[in-house]
Amino acid sequence: MDTELRFHIETYAEDLVRSGLPRQEATRRARLEFGGIERAKEECREARGVTFLESLAQDIRFGLHMLRKSPGFTTTTILTLSLGIAATVAILGFVDSALIRPLPYPNLSRLMGVFKTSPLGGQHLGYSYPDYLDLVRSNRVFASIAAYDGDGGFVLSDAGGVHLVNGTGMTSDLFRILGVTPVLGRDFATNPASEDLLAAPPTVILSYAAWQKWFGGKPDVLGKTVTLNGESYTVIGVLPRSFEFAPAGAADFWTTLHPYAGEPCYLSRGCMAMGVIARLKEGVTIQQALADVRAIAAQEAREHPDPDRNRGANIAPLSQWILGDIKPILLALLGGAGLLLLIAYVNVTGLLLVRSENRRHEFAMRGVLGASRGRLTQQFVIEGFVVVAASSALGLFAAAITRRLLLKLIPADMLDSMPYLRGGWNWHVTAFATALVLIAWTLFVMTPALRLPFASLHAGLAEGGRGAAGTSWRHLGAKLVVLELATTMVLLAGAGLLGKSLYELLHVDMGFDPNHLATLWMLAPEAKYSQSEQAIALQREIVSRLQSLPGITAVGTARDLPVTGVPSTQIGFVGRPSLGETNEVGHQVISAGYLSVLKAHLLKGRYFNEYDNTNAPSVAIINQTLARRYFPGENPVGKQVFYHQHGSAPESSGPQHPLEIVGVIADVKEYALDETAKPVVYTPSEQGPGPSFCIAVRTSQEAASVLPSLIATIHKIDPGIVTSGAATMPEIIQRSWAAYLHCVLAWLAGGFAALALMLSTIGVYGVIAYSVSRRTREIGVRMALGASLSSVYRLILKEAGWLILIGLVTGLSGSIPAGVFMSSLLFGVRSWDVLILGAVAAVLVLSALLASYIPARRAASVNPVDALRSE
Amino acid sequence: MRRSNMALLQCFLLDSLGDKYILLRYLGDNGSVDKQLELLQGTLDMLILKAVSLGPLHGYGILLRIQQISRDRLEIQQGSLYPALYRLERQGWIASEWGESENKRKAKYYRLTAAGKRRLQTETHNWNCMADVIAEILRTTPEEV
Repeated sequence: MDTELRFHIETYAEDLVRSGLPRQEATRRARLEFGGIERAKEECREARGVTFLESLAQDIRFGLHMLRKSPGFTTTTILTLSLGIAATVAILGFVDSALIRPLPYPNLSRLMGVFKTSPLGGQHLGYSYPDYLDLVRSNRVFASIAAYDGDGGFVLSDAGGVHLVNGTGMTSDLFRILGVTPVLGRDFATNPASEDLLAAPPTVILSYAAWQKWFGGKPDVLGKTVTLNGESYTVIGVLPRSFEFAPAGAADFWTTLHPYAGEPCYLSRGCMAMGVIARLKEGVTIQQALADVRAIAAQEAREHPDPDRNRGANIAPLSQWILGDIKPILLALLGGAGLLLLIAYVNVTGLLLVRSENRRHEFAMRGVLGASRGRLTQQFVIEGFVVVAASSALGLFAAAITRRLLLKLIPADMLDSMPYLRGGWNWHVTAFATALVLIAWTLFVMTPALRLPFASLHAGLAEGGRGAAGTSWRHLGAKLVVLELATTMVLLAGAGLLGKSLYELLHVDMGFDPNHLATLWMLAPEAKYSQSEQAIALQREIVSRLQSLPGITAVGTARDLPVTGVPSTQIGFVGRPSLGETNEVGHQVISAGYLSVLKAHLLKGRYFNEYDNTNAPSVAIINQTLARRYFPGENPVGKQVFYHQHGSAPESSGPQHPLEIVGVIADVKEYALDETAKPVVYTPSEQGPGPSFCIAVRTSQEAASVLPSLIATIHKIDPGIVTSGAATMPEIIQRSWAAYLHCVLAWLAGGFAALALMLSTIGVYGVIAYSVSRRTREIGVRMALGASLSSVYRLILKEAGWLILIGLVTGLSGSIPAGVFMSSLLFGVRSWDVLILGAVAAVLVLSALLASYIPARRAASVNPVDALRSE
Repeated sequence: MRRSNMALLQCFLLDSLGDKYILLRYLGDNGSVDKQLELLQGTLDMLILKAVSLGPLHGYGILLRIQQISRDRLEIQQGSLYPALYRLERQGWIASEWGESENKRKAKYYRLTAAGKRRLQTETHNWNCMADVIAEILRTTPEEV
């Protein structure tokens, strides 16, 4: 602009010179006639107006300046928003990976899991091998069907010794049904399910991780052999890195059914060890398939009443089965995070409203000086953008960290059974996060923009600026705070209920004393201990050696530890006519001292002792549930029971081999903590030994400290024994699915509730403080007219009290439906537990009252003279 | 019939650029009488557009040309030219670019845009309409009322 104007003046001057004026005179006249350059520039600038980019830059600079000037507002807003966004986005990530993103198998809707059912075992039992063969032969609804052994584990022997590895045996079509092809090598050849298990060749396909770990990721792995369970298996393929199949966990070695050839379990229909998946034929509905498998199961029940009587069948879509358990949990967490986000938004809106009230003067001035509505809105947009951008960046960063942290908190074996949770960031989550951010930004823009009374901007210029706007903010702010309090109440109630659930769960009567109990699982090599005398001798040696270790008071063995579940068997009762029913009970095999080690409660009769060995008559101990169910009103001691078809020892079943009941114990929690008591029968290990069992020792000192010496002693006895899972009993209980789940839920819900409480306390404080500041004059007048301090307190606290009361009542009415919604997650607690609701209500009321007390005190300390003078 | 009514209607719509007045110097037919005329700001804009429509010019050149085509009867106040030019540029009727003047100095040249051309036509039409209407009013004799 300067160049242009000077050019004009100089050219004019030259023209004047040409027309005869002296140079100096010409220049002077030119400048004079033009008028002031600076004034001309100003007028030009005004005429030109401000370009959009310039106005943007101005707004950004101004916005940053204003935000810096009120650090309290800025920090609070940014922190609040980031908190809400972080919590919601982190949970959204999990919800997306688990619930929204489908499992990575093609044509998922046609993929089914097929199960057996039984009254005791539930709706998702496995198939026995002979039943599976029946299914393959007789079904008319499946295009392809495959089975895998659900118990998965092999002993790998290599130069470094013996290692326990995760593995699964499978029929040949499993990977084809899942739509997976090995990334190296080939899949198993299609092998129509052969009844001769030995015909399945000893081949194995490695998982990607196993390939890296055991073979160094070298491409020459095909054709190499690996020794599993004492036999040599040839590697024929490697699975892709991304492959996951939740029911098999983190299986590293996928073999044919060869390892199970010769296992008696696989020949009997009583051993339901196989998981079955299948693909529906074209045009077949789930109902048709269900009817078909049920018909097959009914046929089996007729033909093989021992043990298939009372066993039905079930079909469920694979995704529903794999993800079913976790759905309500994730949805509850999502609800909690959503409520927290709501509170964050409400809080931020409140802060914005207060701030825009304080800036009314500024905006009125700008409006009067010529700023258009669009320009002022642009100001809000820019300011909003800065704050929202900062909080989103912070929030998303925190969400990523939180997610990683949460994943680390889940124990490895649990995460293996939920591989879908590991899914990374994807566009779903990005879209959700963007939506959240946009909502926040809209709030930031709309709230002050709507509050500006454009029609009467000059009203804002009046000193003090009170009036209609002041009271309407109080009403709006009050409504917002009520909403916050109600939401916080719901979150607190949820956290309280979940917390009490956790407490009830951990203190449920387990029938034994879990403290000072150290445990270990071990497996003796089959080759050396296949004879029962050898197995019995080994157990005796282990028990006596461990007993002599320092710090150990008692040693016992059992096939399974409490809380982890036991296999089922079916029994009959000698002397009772067989009415065709099967009595399914849990079956534990224990050493003589086991129940005393556990400190179980003996109700009648006696425990096992050293005389209950192979030469003595077979005996059994039953638990109270079994006694109540099958011997109501009588003394079971002395009565006899027998196995219907004993899974691994079919030769000892039937009424010809009765077991005498020698004792009754109070229920020990053999199944999960939150399951109802089930009947269990205990038999002595010397009368039915096995190569693998768990060891439980009672210690006089810290249980964890004896674990290393346990492992060392066992390895001294025989270095070929594989041990794993060394842990104290309390650890095992905490790590069990039920306890862990409730723990996580309670902590997360507690976290949400605490944050919500903090935020709404701040909200209450804000509203009351603002109201007090607006009423300073009124308070001054009251005090000048003789009101006492206490009446001022009462005035403020009454206002606060109303807010709290309404919020509380609304919250209570919301807590009860929330509790009902969550009832599947609760244990031992009613959805409307009065004690919990009362307690959390008290917490809420107390913190809200505390928050109101501070501004009330400020009101009471108002100097009436100052208050009156300032207006 | 209707078209002429519309045309009449258009004439009565004054330029809505506000009511600022620009000082022009009317130099009279023989160059000696110096009367200062007050004309609407919109009129100056029209003159500038016309001047530029005859060929791209820098600010000083526009001044000279208006003087020239009015046969030295009209001289625009120098201080009011440049704000007008910036305003017209903002409204999109002229466009500017830097170039080299006759005396080899850097100068900003303005030219008419397509929208500006249309604007000039409209303004010219309005001006002529208005002139007709006012002239007719002024011709009214007492007998015609």
